[in-house]
Amino acid sequence: MQLALFIIFAALAIAGALNLLLQKHPINSALSLVVVMLSLAVLYWSLGAEFLAAAQVIVYSGAIMVLFVFVIMLLNAGEEEHTTGSRAAYFAGIPGALAVFCLLSFVFLRESKAFGSVQLSTAPVGAMSNIAEISQVLFTKLLLPFEVTSILILVAILGAVVLARKEERE
Amino acid sequence: MHLTDFQIFLLLSLVKVAVVLVITLTAVAYTVLLERKVIGRMQNRWGPSRTGPFGLLQPLADGIKLFLKEDLTPLLVERPLFLIAPIIALTCALVSVAVVPFGAVTLFHGVDLFEVANVNVGLLVILGITSIGVYGIALSGWSSNNKFALLGSLRATSQMISYELALGLSLVGVVLRAGSLNLRTIVDSQSAHGALSWNIFGGLQIVAFFIYLMSAYAETNRSPFDLPEAESELVAGYHTEYSSMKFAMFFMAEYANMITVSCVATLMFFGGASSPFGHLTDFGGPIAMGLQSIFWFVFKIFAFLFLYIWVRSTLPRFRYDQLMAFGWKFLMPVAIVNIILTSLAMALHAKV
Amino acid sequence: MNSEVPIAAYLILGAILFSIGVGAFLIKRNIISIFMSIELMLNAVNLTFVAFAHHWHAVYPVAGASGQIFVFFVMVVAAAEAAVGLAIIIAIFRTRKTLNVDQINLMHN
Repeated sequence: MQLALFIIFAALAIAGALNLLLQKHPINSALSLVVVMLSLAVLYWSLGAEFLAAAQVIVYSGAIMVLFVFVIMLLNAGEEEHTTGSRAAYFAGIPGALAVFCLLSFVFLRESKAFGSVQLSTAPVGAMSNIAEISQVLFTKLLLPFEVTSILILVAILGAVVLARKEERE
Repeated sequence: MHLTDFQIFLLLSLVKVAVVLVITLTAVAYTVLLERKVIGRMQNRWGPSRTGPFGLLQPLADGIKLFLKEDLTPLLVERPLFLIAPIIALTCALVSVAVVPFGAVTLFHGVDLFEVANVNVGLLVILGITSIGVYGIALSGWSSNNKFALLGSLRATSQMISYELALGLSLVGVVLRAGSLNLRTIVDSQSAHGALSWNIFGGLQIVAFFIYLMSAYAETNRSPFDLPEAESELVAGYHTEYSSMKFAMFFMAEYANMITVSCVATLMFFGGASSPFGHLTDFGGPIAMGLQSIFWFVFKIFAFLFLYIWVRSTLPRFRYDQLMAFGWKFLMPVAIVNIILTSLAMALHAKV
Repeated sequence: MNSEVPIAAYLILGAILFSIGVGAFLIKRNIISIFMSIELMLNAVNLTFVAFAHHWHAVYPVAGASGQIFVFFVMVVAAAEAAVGLAIIIAIFRTRKTLNVDQINLMHN
């Protein structure tokens, strides 16, 4: 069951990511990214992180990506993109990505014995639910970063409002 | 033949999903009829009354008409997005019903009969699916290659994402009182003393209830917040270019959203499937109790739908800037104040 | 019925998504697509965090949730960054009237 879930949604995520790379119009890339995020939410759930899966759907694919789609529709962003003089980007980009991938997978495969494995299982009786565990750490030990992120978001809102405001011509 | 536990679970889940789907779609069809009849009576005229006795076959006639209409696809639309937008809208409207508990806990071979999926974060699942439903509307306007449709869909999208905030925040008070995001737990915490222990009365969440109600009306694009689909405003808004089956899907999605919102409102604030008389009217074995709880649940849903239709025929429409100002400047601060007051009350109560 | 998936599989999936993000970042010319590839990289990193959180959860029952909390913070920062970044992109579009990174270069000409 765990294997079936993993294979299906990993394939979906990789297909979405490749589609993001290969599509010309940014809105198709945005929708592929939404597919990637939703399949990642399912993978989080299978790893036992229920709250995080819900937060991924609500925040990432339900708010941030809607913002992206909104901006693409508003700007009527360039119809198709032309790869003007960016042949060099192909020569640098593809080998670069492959190099990163080879390095990372080498490290992970080397240590794969030490990581253990995942199994779909119900939580043991008496254990706290996932949310209770997260809140226990978040609101006691990590309270300061939590409050600081709220100020961060306030600053971001102010910055976005100021930057995107229409200038008043006099 | 002896089935393993997992196979029993799988089979019963499939049966539950099929039954819930059929019932929800039928309820959607008859909600349309209910709306037309009730609005008709409020405007001192009969609603549909020719097809079948009391117009009861009207949804059937509407369905046949919509399915047989010519399916027109304009030339310059983006085909894949055009096709997928109503599918997203309808799917998201119907999936939320999977985590809603309809009745009391009734176990059959170890499987709860009245809830399709008992998820620990059930409330967040509903909020998440509401967030995804926004894509159906955004994509329908964009792919129609039509300025009016694009404007209508952008307005509808910004309205929906603005009111999602107030919707979520108003439910935090309920979660604080119940101590869990599991919908079963929230319902069970309200069933102690009948109507007095419902969250709206005993739980003192009446302000949260009104915020939730208004946000839900804006989320489902219903009066008085139905600017995106007002016929005199932007032609027909984001579903201008849709016809026949796809239009029917948008139509059904709107009413299915109404039903989902009513379900959530009864679960959060009105005790779900528990009767208002509390345990005074308990009688009969598990089957009778189960049927009783379903009866109360359906009764409350019906009351909410009636309220929806009543508001539609009574209140005038909001203008777009009034609508956005209302959501951001009034509902959200009041919801936050409600959270603060609820947690303050709980902290003081716990100290005593 | 219950098969086991090694955590290394999740990590390799994260690595694949990350490298596809790096490739998209270097290849694409539309500024919004570049922004979206950054979000893809952040998501790949989130998956890695959650996989490790699952691994450490067995050893430290409560503190093992720190991986998931870190993902929570990454999401918050990504939201703030997306808001500000898109506002900047809108401002750029207003002046340069194009979203192609090759043509936004102020120091050209």
